[in-house]
Amino acid sequence: MSDAKARMIARAAQEIAPGMVVNLGIGLPTKVVDHLPSGFPFCLHTENGMTGIGPSLPPERADRNLIDAGGAYVSPIPGSAYFDSGTSFALVRSGRLDLTMLGAFEVAQSGDLANWKIPGRFSPGAGGAIELAQKARRVVVLTTHTDRTGQPKLLEACTLPLTARGCVDRIFTDMAVIDVTPDGFALREIAEGLEVDQVIAATGAPLTLPGGELPRF
Amino acid sequence: MTTLPDKTTAMEQAVAAIPDGATVMLGGFGVPGTPFTLIHELVRQGKRGLTVIKNDANEQGMGVDHLLAAGLVEKLITTHIGLNPRAVAMFNAGELEVEFCAQGILAERVRAGGAGLSGILTDIGMETELARGKQVVEVDGRPALLERALRADAALIHADRADAFGNLAYAATARNFNPMMAMAANLVIAEAERVLPLGGLTPDQVHTPGAFVDRVVELQSISEEYGVVRR
Repeated sequence: MSDAKARMIARAAQEIAPGMVVNLGIGLPTKVVDHLPSGFPFCLHTENGMTGIGPSLPPERADRNLIDAGGAYVSPIPGSAYFDSGTSFALVRSGRLDLTMLGAFEVAQSGDLANWKIPGRFSPGAGGAIELAQKARRVVVLTTHTDRTGQPKLLEACTLPLTARGCVDRIFTDMAVIDVTPDGFALREIAEGLEVDQVIAATGAPLTLPGGELPRF
Repeated sequence: MTTLPDKTTAMEQAVAAIPDGATVMLGGFGVPGTPFTLIHELVRQGKRGLTVIKNDANEQGMGVDHLLAAGLVEKLITTHIGLNPRAVAMFNAGELEVEFCAQGILAERVRAGGAGLSGILTDIGMETELARGKQVVEVDGRPALLERALRADAALIHADRADAFGNLAYAATARNFNPMMAMAANLVIAEAERVLPLGGLTPDQVHTPGAFVDRVVELQSISEEYGVVRR
């Protein structure tokens, strides 16, 4: 993993406040939890039916009946609970989920998110992503700023099928921290060693700049 | 004092009651809670033209994949098939009809079926592809999609423990869709790692009441498919 990506994940961990109920999507978001201090009080949820998720276990120590939604073998901690899929998504849809962190193919300046389907190339189904994106109180995206071919992933409008409309609050990338505001994308922080012009060039929509010095991460 | 009826059944006999063309619910999210042994029996008996309702398509060489490989599945109602390249390839080639559902909405559709309801109303998936073709109902001035209840001819359930009456208890995250599916089919067959005599589960330990369950099959062994997947 690039240094900038690792710093993005560490920065994103600060998004989690004590007491929150949090769901971390598969991939980069899962790694955020490694950056929380030991004893940090929050409740991690996984959509296959568990709250209070302890450390991942290697195969030789794993419980065959205990995985997270990404298929990683996890462990319980004191206070963990298991429940069925209906209960799990009741928690998501009813407003009990304070924060979710998701990956993205595209994010639009309106907060539209596309992260589940690339027609003709990738159509595995959305799993629980639609409900997480649509109903978590705060939706944060972790993504590389551009795709593998260097094209921007932050756009004026999504070109791919939507996961949910107007759902994204904040985006952490390997280049910047960007908020979705009523006026579109607003640059909040910039990665060490980058110039603002580089972030603007890599973004496919207008970017509001704050006055004064930009915090670095 | 009366007693509760004994529903323990031989595997072959329990699955034989499922007709060709049946709609079959399968519990499980990935490996945990998937009734692998009952699925093998479905394949062995060559039940054809099935509509399968399951969260996912398992991985290649496991569970649902055996049904796909044997050409027994006509339609899959699911949330995610990305971990099974055969399912994706069959879907892309038009050899398998797939109806995608948001995960919690699949759970609620099954729950509605199990609760004797016609469907549910939700804003999940509004303004996405998942809303296509669905009836929109206005509730308190806000639009909601009508998601139809799901019921099946048979539900195949994996429990950690059962008693002879069919009271079930699940282990850890192997619970997932099993409790809802165990309420939503005309024939509910539960395989269990241990079948206990009546009283072996205390009333407080029961996750699925046996009154919903028709047949209990005791697993003679826990095959490798149930084990930890080494990636």
